Amino acid sequence: MPGYSDPGFDTLALHAGAAPDPSHGARAVPIVLSTSFVFDSSEHAASLFNMERSGHVYSRISNPTTAVLEERVAALEGGSGAIATASGQAALHLAIATLAGAGSHIVASSMLYGGSHNLLHFTLKRFGITTTFVPPGDIDGWRAAIRPETRLLFGETLGNPGLEVLDIPTVSSIAHDAGLPLLVDSTFTTPWLMKPFDHGADLVYHSATKFLSGHGTVIGGVLVDSGRFDWNNSARFPELTEPYDGFHGMVFSEESSVGAFLLRARREGLRDFGACMSPHTAWLILQGIETLPLRMARHVDNTRKIVGFLAAQPMVQRVGYPELDGHPSQALARKLLPRGCGSVFSFDLKGSRRQGVAFIEALKLFSHLANVGDCRSLVIHPASTTHFRMDDAALRAAGIGPGTIRLSIGLEDADDLIDDLKRALRAAEKAA
Amino acid sequence: MKLDVRGPNGSMKGSMKAYAYNGGKPFDPALPCVVFIHGAMQDHSGWTLLARWCAHHGFGVLAPDQPGHGQSAGPPLQSVQALADWTLALLDAAGVRQATLVGHSMGTLIALEAAARAPARVTRLVLLGAAYPMKVSDALLNTARAAPLEAIDMVNALSISTLASKPSYPGPGMWVHGSNRALMRNQQALCSGINLFEHDFRVCDAYAGGTAAMAKVSCPATLIVGARDQMTPPKATRDLAAALKAQVLTVPSGHHLMAEAPDAVLAGLRTALGA
Repeated sequence: MPGYSDPGFDTLALHAGAAPDPSHGARAVPIVLSTSFVFDSSEHAASLFNMERSGHVYSRISNPTTAVLEERVAALEGGSGAIATASGQAALHLAIATLAGAGSHIVASSMLYGGSHNLLHFTLKRFGITTTFVPPGDIDGWRAAIRPETRLLFGETLGNPGLEVLDIPTVSSIAHDAGLPLLVDSTFTTPWLMKPFDHGADLVYHSATKFLSGHGTVIGGVLVDSGRFDWNNSARFPELTEPYDGFHGMVFSEESSVGAFLLRARREGLRDFGACMSPHTAWLILQGIETLPLRMARHVDNTRKIVGFLAAQPMVQRVGYPELDGHPSQALARKLLPRGCGSVFSFDLKGSRRQGVAFIEALKLFSHLANVGDCRSLVIHPASTTHFRMDDAALRAAGIGPGTIRLSIGLEDADDLIDDLKRALRAAEKAA
Repeated sequence: MKLDVRGPNGSMKGSMKAYAYNGGKPFDPALPCVVFIHGAMQDHSGWTLLARWCAHHGFGVLAPDQPGHGQSAGPPLQSVQALADWTLALLDAAGVRQATLVGHSMGTLIALEAAARAPARVTRLVLLGAAYPMKVSDALLNTARAAPLEAIDMVNALSISTLASKPSYPGPGMWVHGSNRALMRNQQALCSGINLFEHDFRVCDAYAGGTAAMAKVSCPATLIVGARDQMTPPKATRDLAAALKAQVLTVPSGHHLMAEAPDAVLAGLRTALGA
């Protein structure tokens, strides 16, 4: 067969959405720090506002630098388009607020990032949106939790904290049977490890703060649409299929067969909620994405070495990485994540909270902080930080032990990281 | 709007429900009418920016989904001639006597054939990404039959000439390659029981009435050509341009003109319409 095909992932990571700047010939993506953009004429202005032309008006709605990032992430995910947001949380909120309102219901994985759980369990309830949480592997539970007012199914590619792999083909099939889209948080895996759209997901978002940026410098999010969900035939989404008084009576599903969701999310969500991304942030994330394939390969390579090291240590009770024998998601990981399961995982030290603290404090290379996906290696001890108010029983219910340590493996020499861990394990042992 | 379009024998028996996008305004058949005719595996959504501009500048707009495509009932029609008759029947259903026909790719053949069949009803032809004959390679047809999703990727890569279409279509943040792939995959999936990709490209390949049609066309014609078009390259339009005595406007684009160069295509359309 002739070899015509779109460029490969590494090429798209460098080029998608960007061309040399026509004004000055700049090869790198320029940072367009301008709140607004001059109209050629009154007629031009009116046509931009009325969506008779494409273009930029005001940087809360769209910006040339940010648009390059949006196109690039959409290209890497295999989507129809994307919207960059002020944070990953803003991307999740934008997805929900575009599809749901007071009285709506969401079915979500119970194994979520704490911030996402807070939004769904506490905050959205105040706005009339309720959520039923289902263990990600409970397939019947996903199906049973769907109600007439459900608008969305939602999970993470790798659950928090145990890295349960979401069975996207099965859960998306359940969603589609009910005329619902599946939204996936793909922050931990990035499109280099898995493209959820290839497995049936309809919407994907990232905390771009993590691996996409990769350098621990900026906060940002990206929400991507596959363009594959059939809003017209669902009958659950009048927001997309009926005239919207807030934007010229526009019927978004008529305006774009594959971009209705993104049109509404931008024309309403960014306009009214305003959680847009700064062009400078977009530029830094673009810098990160240019090396995403190289970094992810190294992240996974280092992680596999450290997982192997920790699994052999007598002080380590359990290592939670889906590639290991005994992990409940091992088979799904082989199927959906053949390139690896990322570089964030947790393990359990034998012993007390005090020994966990001693372990953390003995580390030199690993930075003790609340983030993941940095090029530098990171560590946190949930029992003494993010979950310190919980007693041991409550921790167990959350899947966390007193000696649970979460690592985010960076790009340093793996031998140096292993030496650091050896020193910390000795310190933990002595603290018994 | 939804229209009941008469069947091949001109009666309402066998009529099909058709969807036509109207550019964001209620359709007024009293206004000068512009009909946008989409290409293979596409639907009305490739025209929305141009259609909105026309609808808000004094034109009545019909951008139909062809039978078996988008929101129009199927099955897909078997020939360019049948699609031309259907387009004229769509005008009847909308209460339109005369119209400008704007076609893209396969839609240019339909517009050409319709203009030949009903010269009194077509006031102008505007053809984007046109060629006659519109032969399709055996390699693509074979792939279309055996592996339509691969064929979609082939056409997607061939039809879009850049990784950075600015401004993106229909708005910032849209990835033109991904949008076009998703649209074609959706069309293929919606048309159950029929390999729509193979069907549409065979319709293009089989059309042999172009030379006779060109001789019957009496209205002004404009060809809008993508300078980087690999599917209907500029040199393939020369005979068509000569036969139609058409003005030729070249835009910086591949075959996916409306998405790759929306501003330049709008300028070309305005020139053609004198608007």
